[in-house]
Amino acid sequence: MSQPSLFSSIHLTVSQLTFHIRKQLENDPTLQDVWVEGEISNLSRPASGHIYFTLKDKNASLRCVMWKTDASRLRVNLQDGMAIEAHGRITVYEPAGQYQLAVNLIQPKGEGALYQEFLRLKAMLESEGLFDSERKRPIPELPKKIGIVTSQTGAALRDMLNTLRRRLPLVRVVLAPSPVQGVDAPLALVNALQLLNYQLPDVILLARGGGSIEDLWAFNDERVVRAVVDSKAPVICGIGHETDFTLCDFAADLRAPTPTAAAELATQTTIQDLQDLIFNHQARLSVSIFNLLGEQQAAVSSFTSRLRYVSPERRIQSEYQHLDELSRRAFSTLNHRIQLGSSNVDGISKRLQSLNPEGVLSRGYAIITRKDDGVVISKVSQARGEMKVRVSDGEFEVKK
Amino acid sequence: MAKSSTKKSEKPIEELSYEEALTELEGIVESLEGEQSPLEDAMRLFERGQALAAHCSALLESAQLKVQKLAGDMVAPFEEESE
Repeated sequence: MSQPSLFSSIHLTVSQLTFHIRKQLENDPTLQDVWVEGEISNLSRPASGHIYFTLKDKNASLRCVMWKTDASRLRVNLQDGMAIEAHGRITVYEPAGQYQLAVNLIQPKGEGALYQEFLRLKAMLESEGLFDSERKRPIPELPKKIGIVTSQTGAALRDMLNTLRRRLPLVRVVLAPSPVQGVDAPLALVNALQLLNYQLPDVILLARGGGSIEDLWAFNDERVVRAVVDSKAPVICGIGHETDFTLCDFAADLRAPTPTAAAELATQTTIQDLQDLIFNHQARLSVSIFNLLGEQQAAVSSFTSRLRYVSPERRIQSEYQHLDELSRRAFSTLNHRIQLGSSNVDGISKRLQSLNPEGVLSRGYAIITRKDDGVVISKVSQARGEMKVRVSDGEFEVKK
Repeated sequence: MAKSSTKKSEKPIEELSYEEALTELEGIVESLEGEQSPLEDAMRLFERGQALAAHCSALLESAQLKVQKLAGDMVAPFEEESE
């Protein structure tokens, strides 16, 4: 009931007062790092990219703003009536004299809602058989065309292209660029996967470099998981780091720990293997033609020797031999005869020798002949006149 | 088998893709190792095989990663940003 004092009270302009309130609020640590739970209403998404909404519960409402940079990282598809937990700080919008929550993170209501949602979706998709190992298709050993779905500007793309260039530069790469985080990422990823399939790649790499679990959240989106399952080409997922598992990893035909590893798994046959293969083929070619020529040569030389065996030359030689044999036999027969003849001559000659009157003379006999008529005196009655007496070493004359 | 594979490949070797050349080369190697073909045919196969192997090696040595980008239903060459 007391009258306000005109002089002792503090007088401020609206701006000054508003500034003062703002300072009070912004200096309160509780108000600068707070989770607020409520239901979304009056959701507005103007072209600026900022998001405006009101969080309500039964008895109160709170104006909220989410600036464009934070909104782009949003993984939840906001809708009026949705129960959420928003994290942010209280600020004052001075022109309207309103305090508001500047939201930087939103998750569906509930403790560990993100993880709960992950588990729920995982269980559901699993029960549909989307993660079954029988569903997984083999990765071609030597792909000709590799499709890539990833951010056009990320390090993941560079890593993958470098890996492919090093391992299998023969391959053709078709890139379907897509944002990999933010509220638009899931649909863009689905679209990229579908468009890429029209290019009939042998295998698709779905990849993203490392980031927070929120950054990777698009790869837990049910639509993206189903697009991976529906892809006609087998999909290799390389998302985040070794320790990150997304639902796309479970749905993929092959899970790689990183984008680089995905590119490696897509090129099981490297250019080095191909060079070895060509070398091996060349060696086999040489060996087989060498063997073939060897066989042919062996056949030719075998025929040559058989031909020599049946050649007339051989018969001629054999005839010669026969002739030689005959001639040798002829010679030996002749020789025998000659020897035989010559021993006969010896005998005859000896016998002749014994008949030689000279031989008798040497034993003291004499041959007496008449000098006039040469008659040999063999009886006394024949002896008359002058006679020659022949002895072994000459003759002399006698007279009767 | 050897006959048909040589007949199919009337295409000059320079125009064959790596895969085509490799497939034909494999066929020739198998044919030479397998059935007995007339020597003259074998020599011709061998020479073609050697030329195919040389062609494959040359393609491998000169291979450059070709990167294209999807823009709607079209594919266009993709230039990587240089660092």
